[in-house]
Amino acid sequence: MITVFERPAALTSAKTHYCPGCTHGIIHRLVAEVIDELGIREETIGVSPVGCSVLAYNYFNIDMQEAAHGRAPAVATGIKRVFPRKVVFTYQGDGDLASIGIGEIVHAAARGEKFTTIFVNNAIYGMTGGQMAPTTILGQESMTSPDGRNPATQGYPIRVAEMLATLEGAVYIARVSVHNPQEVARAKKAIKTAFELQIAGKGFSLVEVLSSCPTNWGYTPTESLKWIADKMIPVYPLGVKKPLEEEKS
Amino acid sequence: MLNVEFDEERCKGCEICTSVCPKNIVVMADRLNAMGYHPATVIEQEKCISCSFCARMCPDVVITVRKEERK
Ligand SMILES: Cc1ncc(C[n+]2csc(CCOP(=O)(O)OP(=O)(O)O)c2C)c(N)n1
Ligand code: SF4
Ligand code: SF4
Repeated sequence: MITVFERPAALTSAKTHYCPGCTHGIIHRLVAEVIDELGIREETIGVSPVGCSVLAYNYFNIDMQEAAHGRAPAVATGIKRVFPRKVVFTYQGDGDLASIGIGEIVHAAARGEKFTTIFVNNAIYGMTGGQMAPTTILGQESMTSPDGRNPATQGYPIRVAEMLATLEGAVYIARVSVHNPQEVARAKKAIKTAFELQIAGKGFSLVEVLSSCPTNWGYTPTESLKWIADKMIPVYPLGVKKPLEEEKS
Repeated sequence: MLNVEFDEERCKGCEICTSVCPKNIVVMADRLNAMGYHPATVIEQEKCISCSFCARMCPDVVITVRKEERK
């Protein structure tokens, strides 16, 4: 018998604190699989955020640094500039990256900092109990939009991938999802491309991953995967945002 | 050795794996693990095609998948 699937070496054996069915776990595993495949476990430094993934440093079997809320891109900038040959990534939720930390990520991308960001968009603040995030979709109910997000008073969702793709310093921006096995395979490919471009010294790369929060969305884990497909993807279309096909040379 | 093996003490009973198996052989056990969840399991091992869909969708790295070596 040969083993075709097992835990990647870049994940520790710790049980995660994530809720049942939360796809943070899938995204952790994909990053770890890419680290293993590229053979960079001793060369990689991760920066964990504030949010449900605040304890990511217990789960990745690599060097990790915790950052203040939203400040992971600033911390990663420092690490990468001091250790230019290390592979550096931030792992950030949508509250962390698109709310309190929006300035950090925009300027890191604009400066073309040569690290990679894994941006987990679950359209809500998970850790703090389900408040509206900048990425909450119109009509979506949350603790702070109990009647559904209303653009008249609460504005519109931010499409982070498309927004950052306008910046010259960003070399690779993609949006992927993990709601079925096919999309999980595509998500892994995008994460690998982002890491490879970083290793080649090209510039800033970011992979936005649509993720579920069954607990705060109020759906079962399998219903939540369907909600990603039916409700999130129409607002957050998947695909490579930069470079566009016609720009590749 | 089993084709598809579940580390039951890690399972959080989310049922995602049961929904993606093309052979519909992943089921939830009646027993409880130490965390208080009904763990997922496969009884009909011979029907497993080692596609790894369950393992790739499991958020908790519960599942190991194997297949026969081709001679
Ligand atoms: C400076 C500061 N402000 C606010 C908070 C409270 N807080 C903790 S996590 C969080 C948002 C988390 O949401 P997100 O980044 O989407 O991650 P998720 O939990 O959904 O994975 C907030 C506002 C904090 N810890 N520190
Ligand atoms: S609150 Fe939401 S994002 Fe946080 S661990 Fe639970 S399901 Fe995941
Ligand atoms: S996907 Fe994983 S955690 Fe969820 S029921 Fe299946 S084995 Fe258990």
